[in-house]
Amino acid sequence: MSVTPFRLPVVASLRKEAIEELLARGLRIDGVRDPFTPRNVRVELGVVEKAEGSALVRLGNTQVMAGVKMDVGAPFRDTPDQGVLTVHAEFVPLASPLFEPGPPDENAIELARVVDRSLREIGAVDLGQLVIRPGEKVWVVWVDLYILDHDGNLFDASMLAAMAALLDARMPYYEEIETGDVIVDRSVKTEERLPIRHRVVTVTVAKIGRNLAVDPNFEEESVSDVRLVYALDEAGRIVGIQKSGEGALRREEVLRALEMAKRAAPVYFKALEEALTPAGSGASG
Amino acid sequence: MKVEGVKLIREDGLRHDGRRPEDLRPIRMEVGVLSNADGSALVEFGRTRVLAAVYGPREPPQKFMLLPDRAILRVRYHMAPFSTSDRKSPAPSRREIELSKVIREALEPVVLTKQFPRTAIDVFIEVLQADGGTRTTGVTAASLALADAGIPMKALVGGVAVGKVEGVLVLDIDEVEDSMGEADMPVAGAPDLGLITMLQLNGVMTEEEFQKALDMAWDAIKRIVDMEKEVLRRKYNVGGDSK
Repeated sequence: MSVTPFRLPVVASLRKEAIEELLARGLRIDGVRDPFTPRNVRVELGVVEKAEGSALVRLGNTQVMAGVKMDVGAPFRDTPDQGVLTVHAEFVPLASPLFEPGPPDENAIELARVVDRSLREIGAVDLGQLVIRPGEKVWVVWVDLYILDHDGNLFDASMLAAMAALLDARMPYYEEIETGDVIVDRSVKTEERLPIRHRVVTVTVAKIGRNLAVDPNFEEESVSDVRLVYALDEAGRIVGIQKSGEGALRREEVLRALEMAKRAAPVYFKALEEALTPAGSGASG
Repeated sequence: MKVEGVKLIREDGLRHDGRRPEDLRPIRMEVGVLSNADGSALVEFGRTRVLAAVYGPREPPQKFMLLPDRAILRVRYHMAPFSTSDRKSPAPSRREIELSKVIREALEPVVLTKQFPRTAIDVFIEVLQADGGTRTTGVTAASLALADAGIPMKALVGGVAVGKVEGVLVLDIDEVEDSMGEADMPVAGAPDLGLITMLQLNGVMTEEEFQKALDMAWDAIKRIVDMEKEVLRRKYNVGGDSK
C-alpha cells in the first residue's frame, strides 16, 4: 500500500519562500547556478575491483555507487535468445536520516524500475549478445544501485551510475566443460566489454512554486511537490518518462520541462565521456 | 502473453481489433457496486475490468502515520491472481508497489485532504481482468469511488494510455498492443483543472510523437471524465444540472 509520506523533513516556511523567490529570479538556493544547470557532476569508474563493472557518481553532495555483477543463468521463457538485465536500488541507511534499514520501499522500487525501463526500452544493453546457449544459458546482468549520500535527485545520479558501471563492465571469463555446464572463473580477467548499444541519461525537472528547475538538491526537492524525469538518449529521443510526487503539471510545463531536460542532458553525457577517456589518453576537454 | 502472427496495424489502417488509431475501447462505468465500502466503482475498458473501493475518512490502525494538517491517502493497486493469462501471485510485486505510488500521486492533487486532518482515506483498487491499461482504468475507477464516497475533490480524474505500434500512435492500447508495441504512455489528469496528474512513458518516442500522444491522451481524458460525471449524475439523479 502506498501512503502519503509522513516522515518528510520540515522545511521552515521562510526557507521555502527563499527558495521560491530565488528561483523566480532565475537563481538557486545552493549558489551560482541557474534553473537550467545541474550541479557539478563527477563520474569515477572501476571503484570496486571485484565487480564486473562499477562507478561512483557525485552530483553535488549526492553520491550513488553502482556495481555490475554477472552470472550464468536461465533466460526468461518468452525471451530464450536474450540475456537478463536486473536493476535494484538500495537506500542505504547511512545515506540519509530519512532512510531506515529494511527491504526496499516504494521510492527505491520506483527508482530501480525507472532506471531499468530507461535502459531496457531502447535496448541500451545488447541482450541478444549475452547468450551462451539459446534457451538454456545466458548472462544475467545485475545492476545494483547503492545510494551513499542523499542530497536530492537520486534519479539522475543513479541513472548515470548505472550507465557508467555498465560501460565499465568487462565480460567474465568462462569455460564450458564436458557435462555442458558453464564455469565462470573470476581469477581470469578479460578485456571484452559488455555490449552497450546506446547511452542513456535521465534529467529530472522539479516544479518549485510556479517555476521549474533541473537537478533539484535535497532542500529544493523537499519544497517541490512534483518532479518529471525524462530519460533521453544521445540522439535526443525520449526513452522513458516518470512523473513523481504529489503534485500535478500543466501541459505547457510538461513540454517546457522537456526542453530543459534536453538542454541539460549533454552535461551528463559529457561527464560520462570524460570518465571513459581519462586525461592524457589523447581526447581533449 | 505472446501472440504470434498478429498484425497490429492492418492493411486498411485499422488496429488488430478493428479500432481506428484514435478510438477508445467500449467503456462501462458503474458506481456504488459494493455494500460495505463508503464508495465504490467498477470500470471496464474493453476486457480490462477494475474494481475500486474507498473507505474513510477514518482512523487507521497505525496512528503514527497521521498528519496534523491533512488526511493521508493510502492506495493499493492489486491484481487478482486470475486476472492474467498466467496466474499472478497474490503477493504484491514490485510493479504493483510502484503503480500504487503512481496512482496515489495521480489522486493526491485533486482530493481535498486538508478538510480531514488526522484521518486516512483508503483507496483499494483490484484488477479483476487485465487486458492493458489497468493503471489508468484504476485511476478512473478510484476517482469515481472517491466521488461516490462523498470525499470532497477539486475535480474528477480520468486516465488512458497511448501506445505506439508499428510506428503509429494509438489510443487506449490493449495487452497485445502493449506487449508487442514500441511504447506505452499512461496519462491521467483533471481536465477541469487543466492538470496532468500521472505521466509515464515506457518505450521510445520522438519529441513530436510525444506531443501528439499527449494531445491524444488529453482529448480522451476529457471524454472519460465527462462519462464519469454522467454516471454520477445518473446515480444521484441530478440530470437537470448538466451544464
